[in-house]
Amino acid sequence: MGLYIVRKVCLTVPLLMVISFLTFILNNLSPMDPAEVVLQAQGVPVITDELIAQTRAELGMDQPFLIRYFQWLMACLQLDFGDSYITGEPVWSLLGPAFLNTLKLTLVSIIVIIGLSIALGVICALKEGGLLDKSVRGVSFFLTAMPSYLLAGLMTWYFSVKLDLLPTSGMDSYRSYLLPVTVIAVSYVGIYFRIVRSSMLSNLNEDYVLYGRACGLPEKTITLHILRNSLQVAISVFGMAIPVLLGSTVVVESVFAWPGLGTLSVKSILSRDFPMIQAYVLILAVAFVLFNTFSDMMNAALNPKLRKDL
Amino acid sequence: MDHLLEVSNLKIWDSSTGKVIVPNSSFHVKQGSCLAIVGESGSGKSVTCKAVMKLNKAGIRQAGDILFKGENLSDLSEKDMRKKRGKQLCMILQNGMRAFDPSCVVGTHFLQMLAVHFDWSRDEMTTKLKHAMECVMLKEPLAVMNQYPHQLSGGMLQRLMIALAIVLEPDIIIADEPTTALDTISQYEVVEQFIRLRERMGCSMIFVSHDLGVVKKIADEVLVMKDGIIVEKGTTRAIFSGAQHEYTRYLVSTKLALSHHFEQIMGGVSVAER
Amino acid sequence: MELLKKIMMDKLAAISLSIVAVTIVVGIFAPLFAPHDPYEVHMELRYASPSWEYLLGNDHLGRCVLSRLIYGIRPSVLWVLAALALSVGIGAILGFIAGYFRGKTDAILMRICDVMLSFPGYVMTLALIGVLGVGFENILLAFILSKWAWFARVIRTAVMQYAESEYVKYAKAIGVSNMKIMVKHIVPVSFSDIVVVASSSFGAMILQISGFSFLGLGIQAPHAEWGMMLNEAREVMFSRPELMLAPGLTIIIVVMALNFVSDALQVALDPKLMSSQNKSYRNATTSAGKLQGKEVA
Repeated sequence: MGLYIVRKVCLTVPLLMVISFLTFILNNLSPMDPAEVVLQAQGVPVITDELIAQTRAELGMDQPFLIRYFQWLMACLQLDFGDSYITGEPVWSLLGPAFLNTLKLTLVSIIVIIGLSIALGVICALKEGGLLDKSVRGVSFFLTAMPSYLLAGLMTWYFSVKLDLLPTSGMDSYRSYLLPVTVIAVSYVGIYFRIVRSSMLSNLNEDYVLYGRACGLPEKTITLHILRNSLQVAISVFGMAIPVLLGSTVVVESVFAWPGLGTLSVKSILSRDFPMIQAYVLILAVAFVLFNTFSDMMNAALNPKLRKDL
Repeated sequence: MDHLLEVSNLKIWDSSTGKVIVPNSSFHVKQGSCLAIVGESGSGKSVTCKAVMKLNKAGIRQAGDILFKGENLSDLSEKDMRKKRGKQLCMILQNGMRAFDPSCVVGTHFLQMLAVHFDWSRDEMTTKLKHAMECVMLKEPLAVMNQYPHQLSGGMLQRLMIALAIVLEPDIIIADEPTTALDTISQYEVVEQFIRLRERMGCSMIFVSHDLGVVKKIADEVLVMKDGIIVEKGTTRAIFSGAQHEYTRYLVSTKLALSHHFEQIMGGVSVAER
Repeated sequence: MELLKKIMMDKLAAISLSIVAVTIVVGIFAPLFAPHDPYEVHMELRYASPSWEYLLGNDHLGRCVLSRLIYGIRPSVLWVLAALALSVGIGAILGFIAGYFRGKTDAILMRICDVMLSFPGYVMTLALIGVLGVGFENILLAFILSKWAWFARVIRTAVMQYAESEYVKYAKAIGVSNMKIMVKHIVPVSFSDIVVVASSSFGAMILQISGFSFLGLGIQAPHAEWGMMLNEAREVMFSRPELMLAPGLTIIIVVMALNFVSDALQVALDPKLMSSQNKSYRNATTSAGKLQGKEVA
């Protein structure tokens, strides 16, 4: 197991390097000169070539490409992502709190999603073909076809406007979590519960279940064995769900005006605030890779066969 | 009480499609004897075995009487049935590789199963298992118990199931194609273990197979199934020398043709008749 | 034709397929089907309820909702289909090369895919929009660029499985050229896998792209697009929630129909699927596919 972790980490480091490099290039791909963007954003009335050259020097853009990359990388490692083109504030001072807010929303949602999907998946698999199984699957099919922004809109309209029960936007108390978390959970439970269900079902048909029963093991013990094996699939999927969610709360955040990464990134894109976009992409990609590696390790701990293969 | 297990008018059907898998089967297993069920795949052998254990999948229904030691298993509740499984009726599956939970060491299974049926201490269980594993020629039993199923070979896992049967001391062992998934050498070893198992414990056995060579060696009586119907039953000798039903004759003759051909090529070595 | 017959056997799938077909045809010939000009503003008809003249009523500028829905098929469904086809195409070509030739080409291509896939889909798209600027074409481009890697992965796996089959080995042994083997023996059999993968992510992709338009990152006014129509409706959500109904239901119905068709296609293309063992395997792969798609929804 120790060796496995070392190997996994060794594979992750070069991947992270490549990712950071790509993120850095992103900035340079832009059709617009960053210096020009900065000047425009600062509201300089007449942009002269001289002024552009001066700004370029200020931003350190006259240096060779690779040197700039390493300077940028070193700075990033110290959470210094530069200053926002628009407000001039350090990027991290804006992105940090937003990241935390999104993380809070994501973690609460993921707990709800995991709890609901496992519960529904297990119950539906054990009572396959029953009324509950059929209705849950039908509803989930409908909900996966529902755009999350529509669901969000309908729920705000009903709970906040019609019944006036919950806040429509912002992040003030635990009640602010209810609507966004529900919307996120609804759109993901439909998928994850089906994964749990189908992996439970395929395990139910395994010979070891038959053999366990044939040896007189109580159903409880057998169900535990099945759970252990089917959750392996689920855990790798859930492990990936955290970073996936981190990156895809954009729509929900913007509907509920959640002060998180999603809202911030859309704002930055609309105003072409490159350092913000760059930092956003880098942080999420790194989080994605780290969580994936972590879920692989969790999987290996649970499934001895995988450990041998790698 | 001559017959340990007496199955009468067993009917098995699929409740979702209404398809009848076994229309009407009756057979019995004498105390201490071995009944072989032969037939091609899909002929209802496995389903019949599982029906005796009452272990068919939820969609598959069964009717008829299964008298075991004079008690009708069909009337037993699931809870009472569970007490019988393993302790009195023991099953050995075709594919050892898939018969154990892949994410536990095989030892956990054994301890869990023994704990259900006996009040032994952990040490007692380990000692008995160790002894049984040595009986089936598994070297270093303690090391084997700490291995995951994927680290062991199919033949070893098959013998592990036999070892468990030795410890459980059931009245009847139902072996569902225990040799099919194995290579010839492992097959030989496993069949040897089955023969020794019978000698040692004197228990009855239902042995499902489509390998007539193995059947000839191990069974006292043979039951031939085709499309869910028992087309012939009789002693092993009678079946192999003078089968009445055309299908049985066909099975026996193909088997003979194969081994004749083999003998011709190999110059008359009698390995094939093993 | 055989395939069509099989799909038609399933009633639900038949209905779904007709919905999809009608949507596509109406979208292509939108000017013929739309009762009004979708851009025509009638300030006097603002928020008018449905009438015989305007079957689904009018929006905040008095434009015909039905016509806008019909014109909206173009960006919401047709262009998405084109983008999907393109990224599947790129993925298929690279997947074929990697899966068939293996070795170094495979290793390099797969490492590139690894890197591409280590950016979460949503973030990748946002990043590209950030660089390229807001606009519908840029969203489509971003989608093509961020999706091909995943298709290449899946198709490679499928191709590999066929490339290692006995008949391909035999063809190689008797000296059939690589090109010919690919065209004659591998493309036809793996085609069904490609269709299944592509169709299963179509619905999710429609949801995602309309989501971007909803955020205002995609198509710009006054063009009609379903996500944007919902966004416009959202602004008057508190006073006139019924405006969300028409575009919302349209999206749900089309996406559901697509999902049904994709499931039916899968069954029709692969009868093996009915056997239990394959079923669980397939379920796992398709749910993984839906997952990947959903990532951005």
